[in-house]
Amino acid sequence: MKKIILGWLLILLYAGNLNAQRVKGSETVLPITQKAAENFIKSHPRTNVTVTGGGSGVGISSLMSGTTDIAQTSRRIKFDERKKIKFAGNNLREVEVAFDALAIVVHPSNKVSQLTREQLSGIFTGKIKNWKEVGGEDLKIIPYSRETSSGTYEFFKESVLKHKNFMSGIMSMPANGAVIQSVSQTRGAIAYVGLAYLSDKVKPLAVSYDSGKTFVKPSVESAKNKSYPIVRPLYYYYLSKDEAKVKNFIDYLLSPTGQKIVEETGYVPVS
Amino acid sequence: MAQKNLLGKITEKLTESLLTLSGALTTIAILFITIFLFKEGFGLFKSPAIEDGYGLYVHPENPVNQLHPLDVKNMYDEEIINWNELGGANQEIMVFRIDDVFDYYTDEDLGENYSLLPEKLGYIISDHKNIIAYVPEEFAPSVTQGSKKVKVHNTTLSDFFLGKEWLPTATPSPLFGALPLILGTLLVSLIAIVLALPLGLGVAVYLSELADERMRKFLKPVIELLAGIPSVVYGFFGLVVVAPLVQKAFNLPVGETAFTGGLILAIMALPTIISVAEDAIRNTPTAMREASLALGATQWQTIYKVVIPYAGSGISAAAVLGIGRAVGETMAVLMITGNAAVIPSTIFEPVRTIPATIAAELGEAPSGGQHFQSLFLLGCILFLISMIISIVSEMISKKKTYKSL
Repeated sequence: MKKIILGWLLILLYAGNLNAQRVKGSETVLPITQKAAENFIKSHPRTNVTVTGGGSGVGISSLMSGTTDIAQTSRRIKFDERKKIKFAGNNLREVEVAFDALAIVVHPSNKVSQLTREQLSGIFTGKIKNWKEVGGEDLKIIPYSRETSSGTYEFFKESVLKHKNFMSGIMSMPANGAVIQSVSQTRGAIAYVGLAYLSDKVKPLAVSYDSGKTFVKPSVESAKNKSYPIVRPLYYYYLSKDEAKVKNFIDYLLSPTGQKIVEETGYVPVS
Repeated sequence: MAQKNLLGKITEKLTESLLTLSGALTTIAILFITIFLFKEGFGLFKSPAIEDGYGLYVHPENPVNQLHPLDVKNMYDEEIINWNELGGANQEIMVFRIDDVFDYYTDEDLGENYSLLPEKLGYIISDHKNIIAYVPEEFAPSVTQGSKKVKVHNTTLSDFFLGKEWLPTATPSPLFGALPLILGTLLVSLIAIVLALPLGLGVAVYLSELADERMRKFLKPVIELLAGIPSVVYGFFGLVVVAPLVQKAFNLPVGETAFTGGLILAIMALPTIISVAEDAIRNTPTAMREASLALGATQWQTIYKVVIPYAGSGISAAAVLGIGRAVGETMAVLMITGNAAVIPSTIFEPVRTIPATIAAELGEAPSGGQHFQSLFLLGCILFLISMIISIVSEMISKKKTYKSL
């Protein structure tokens, strides 16, 4: 009995000594943080990192309520959230930990291989309805979107549609994988997915953000040198008072070893 | 002996009150859930049509005072581009969101706790006669600082039930038109029941009247197994196998349609229909069957002239329960109906159902907000539909149809 109690005490002491930190938020950033945390714990035995998903919004509200130390998000913090943190007397720190590119994909048999932002915006808001209007064959365009709760949806709306609304009655899929599946079996389809989800079953399009002067294909290289336009930063947010606690892990993720993990998980490193 | 009797009586009383209590508790719980559902849902009509704490502001000289949520959405979508379409002066509309303030000023310019923000917003608004600005009320510039607040109508009952656009996350003015969702749900369920009822009835007749004992012992568990497959597996199967099949068979542009959803829901409703209908058919008294056979009727004549009419109410109950199963199904339809909130004109078009909408959107809807309330209101509609279904099935199973024999 005594031994058991002693054992528990030791565990408690040990746990108390641990440099524990919690990361919570976006499902998009989750694979990076998870992999980085695993490796970080291996190389720093007396630390612990707990990683949970739940969505960007959940991450930030947990940061406000103090149930997480780092909020990972796939979008920039909103004005309201920034305001709440500022009014609670805290200072927010923002770190870009990786980039994610959104690829525009179509069915492999589609002859169109490039589109401008204006054309994309026309397609997804319902102004352009047939592939022949953008240089393809006479075929109805079937745009697929994501569910409104997804960060990818928000980013696409902001970057490509410039905050306009998607056409009402657009098809919306619950996950990146389902989008790829649907596009691969629908001839007139067009959709957007994270770069990490690209596969041979669909054809990525080159995109132009300067009204057709230069078209760039999505790839890790073109996203890295910023020539591909639909790139979003992935963020870590923390409060300045927690800086000492979270600094080690963030430094690790930003180090060359950490950024290699970013690249291995299919995202674009910041440096 | 007397003591034993007393003890027995006490136990009896105790059990009785326990049973009453549990019954009462269940009733209270159900009532509580229903009240909560409706209270949250109808809150939608009381809250302003734009996000709480935000307001729309224009230049003081602008004659426009009131806007409909649909107009606001169209302005921010650049569908309406001139103020004269809304009764204002002939000038182009300039839309402004709070984050745009950082194009004009830096974070430092706005001062400690954004105390200078109202003043700066006042400058921006009074500089642009054609502006419409969507900003938080607490930072809104006062009238003296050069701005005028525009009133936006609340969402009304007819906006919700007859509205054709479901854009719950549109800012600044979300649209909650539930008509496509209601029609989508009903259409998918209707297709499911039209496909499942003849098939299910056939299987039930076969199992109870024609199949021999060994066949039944094999088929019955297999059909019950169908009910045990998780709905997400049905959804995945539907997306990967059934959707491309439907697309090829009918030469459609997309495979995710109301018909695909109905097909999968039909398979899912089959076990319910089969087991309820089979029970009803088996309950036909042997005397009736024997009487029919004794009169010289063949087995087939006995089945469709005696057994099926006798079991009519049970079969109708099976159909209604099958519809109930289809109306409430969530995960499978979320994956295979394409989730496009449009009013379907044919059965080969994508639709969005109520349960799929609730499942897909509740996770990120800020609690207590308009979007949240609108989802609860959708829940109320679903609740009413299932209530009607169970009342109908209750009425049907009470009806004694064998009178008409």
